[in-house]
Amino acid sequence: MELFRFTTAGSVDDGKSTLIGRLLYDSKSIFEDQMDAVKRASLKKGSEHINLALLTDGLRAEREQGITIDVAYRYFATPKRKFIIADTPGHVQYTRNMVTGASTANAAIILIDARNGVTEQTHRHAYIASLLEIPHIIVCINKMDLVEYREEVFKRIKSEFTDFAFHVFPEKDMRFIPISALKGDNVVKPSLNMAWYDNGTLMNVLETIPALNDNDMIRGRFPVQYVIRPESDKYHDYRGYAGRVAGGIFRKGDVVKILPSGISTTIASIDNFDCPVEEAFPPMSVTIRLSDDLDISRGDMIVHDDRPPRNETDIEIMLCWMNQKPLRPGNRYFVKHTTNDVRCIVKEVNYILNINTLEKAEGVKTVAMNDIASVRLRLTRSIFFDSYRENRITGSLILIDESTNETVGAGMIL
Amino acid sequence: MFQLTHLEELEAESIYVMREVAAQFERPVLLFSGGKDSIVLVHIARKAFWPAKFPFPLLHIDTGHNFDEAIQFRDELVYNLSAKLIVGYVQESIDTGKAIEEEGFNASRNVLQTITLLDTIEEFKFDTAIGGGRRDEEKSRAKERFFSHRDEFGQWDPKNQRPELWNVFNGRKRMGEHFRVFPISNWTEMDVWQYILKESIALPSIYFTHEREVFNRDGVWLAFAPFMRLKENEKIEVKQIRCRTVGDITCTGLTLSTANTVEEIIQEIAATRITERGGRYDDKRSDAAMEDRKKEGYF
Repeated sequence: MELFRFTTAGSVDDGKSTLIGRLLYDSKSIFEDQMDAVKRASLKKGSEHINLALLTDGLRAEREQGITIDVAYRYFATPKRKFIIADTPGHVQYTRNMVTGASTANAAIILIDARNGVTEQTHRHAYIASLLEIPHIIVCINKMDLVEYREEVFKRIKSEFTDFAFHVFPEKDMRFIPISALKGDNVVKPSLNMAWYDNGTLMNVLETIPALNDNDMIRGRFPVQYVIRPESDKYHDYRGYAGRVAGGIFRKGDVVKILPSGISTTIASIDNFDCPVEEAFPPMSVTIRLSDDLDISRGDMIVHDDRPPRNETDIEIMLCWMNQKPLRPGNRYFVKHTTNDVRCIVKEVNYILNINTLEKAEGVKTVAMNDIASVRLRLTRSIFFDSYRENRITGSLILIDESTNETVGAGMIL
Repeated sequence: MFQLTHLEELEAESIYVMREVAAQFERPVLLFSGGKDSIVLVHIARKAFWPAKFPFPLLHIDTGHNFDEAIQFRDELVYNLSAKLIVGYVQESIDTGKAIEEEGFNASRNVLQTITLLDTIEEFKFDTAIGGGRRDEEKSRAKERFFSHRDEFGQWDPKNQRPELWNVFNGRKRMGEHFRVFPISNWTEMDVWQYILKESIALPSIYFTHEREVFNRDGVWLAFAPFMRLKENEKIEVKQIRCRTVGDITCTGLTLSTANTVEEIIQEIAATRITERGGRYDDKRSDAAMEDRKKEGYF
């Protein structure tokens, strides 16, 4: 059984909560006491139906106000896969929450109301999914029961979306499924009302999308996270570099380069709790030992030299801003990039993107909360990185406010 | 090929988080209750730093109302790993007047643990406490971060949490503030049991079926202990039970069960229709009982 992470973006109006409720309910992941609590809460609020949205609202304020404030994580499993859903709210602070949920996802479910077709909100969701390089896009055309399950409605929306998506993500793996989350058509059980569709239910698709190449298996990248030195009698000379493989496949005996020193050496052993492993690949956490005694510490990177990472002090990023206090040129921030800490100064705001229309607003210098902007940073010292498109780990960074220590921005290196 | 199982990937994520704690903080501590989740945490910590010892002590907040088997297990584990154990006693907080014992039939020291926990964190100047909380356990926990910021008063502000993206964890803080870190955030109850099976992790005997003196309160089976007061309609019975979670004895609901092995427990959980915390008396106080305790600084 393997792990598969997906994100659902949208609002209650699209039937997102109903869809999640349906996935959990039909896969028998909702327990009786949870269902009882939802029934009780639904009655208390005077609702006629059992409101499955209440299953996903975790905080008191959310239940009181009937809104979802923050990303919530949900779990369910089938015999084939264990799923982690990052359930992101559609109304409040949608950009911040969607970007957060999308950052670790293998797939994004984009919900479209069959009665409304592709809307501005669809554009927004699709753009964020593409910006965050989510490998698979599943477009669910929902509420098919309200358009008499007509194939031409499905076809029309599919072609509208495809036309638009061609500009946003030409190479993405895209699936289209006509569903009714409320009635259960094509969510877990195949629909009897849409004999014209036979490309699998949403659950089939989630269970079978190949996730193998969602990680970067090409560029050998191992950011050193922690140096293990037991200083015990038994392991007197042991010196291991602990970390999580961020790209490529490392094997015992590989020639590797240490950055920033540039020294080449070979892998003596890849350790994984009292027994060595032959090879390490993403997202394994291992400890690498090298044949030479070198001065290596946290923030260094062990790489394969055939495709070296870039090394610069000025970097161009797409930035998602997540704080009330705006970003302006000249501001300074802490930067966290893999296991590295540096500082930066904002040199330039190139443009702010309107994610509903994809228009670029140039000349605006203030990046406000929930804006997505193209920005140039100058770092206090160079870092080793890849473009986010090539590697979601070595290509991403966060900005931290120097006075409040809050995480204020998420950056994807171009 | 080149595909991890779900348990391997969850373990890799948790090991990464453990190492991030060791790298980003100066004085971490691992909260150890003697329950299965904290036992799994210790197992992951051993793997994360092997062949070195994990670089932090264990902290047990002792309500004095324990299952003896859990305490015995704790002491053996500490001895076998040559780990360092710190115990914070709720009784001491009561004796010094910092905590006031609850009264009535449902009196529990569960809530008082927060006072002892925050005092111990303060006393030893711990800057982060690693806990075994999981997002599937309870609805307010579903919103929890891996790296969860606590202000100077130990409080959690769930409406204003730092966004957490990719695997980049922000552990920056001001003096006096601290963090709670939850390495097994993404595990479910089933994952924990499957992992215990896969790794042959030893557990206290109370997780397996045994006979015990119990009584039924509002549909929940509770273990009888001499300091507990029974209501008129409640009577002590001997039942074949096991613990599904292990906490303070006054609020840990027991499961009628004959499961004697980890495999049998996994079968039992796969068939059950009640959540793990459905039997926890401490969560039944209100719909937001956990959220309210967490805001104050609870585990």
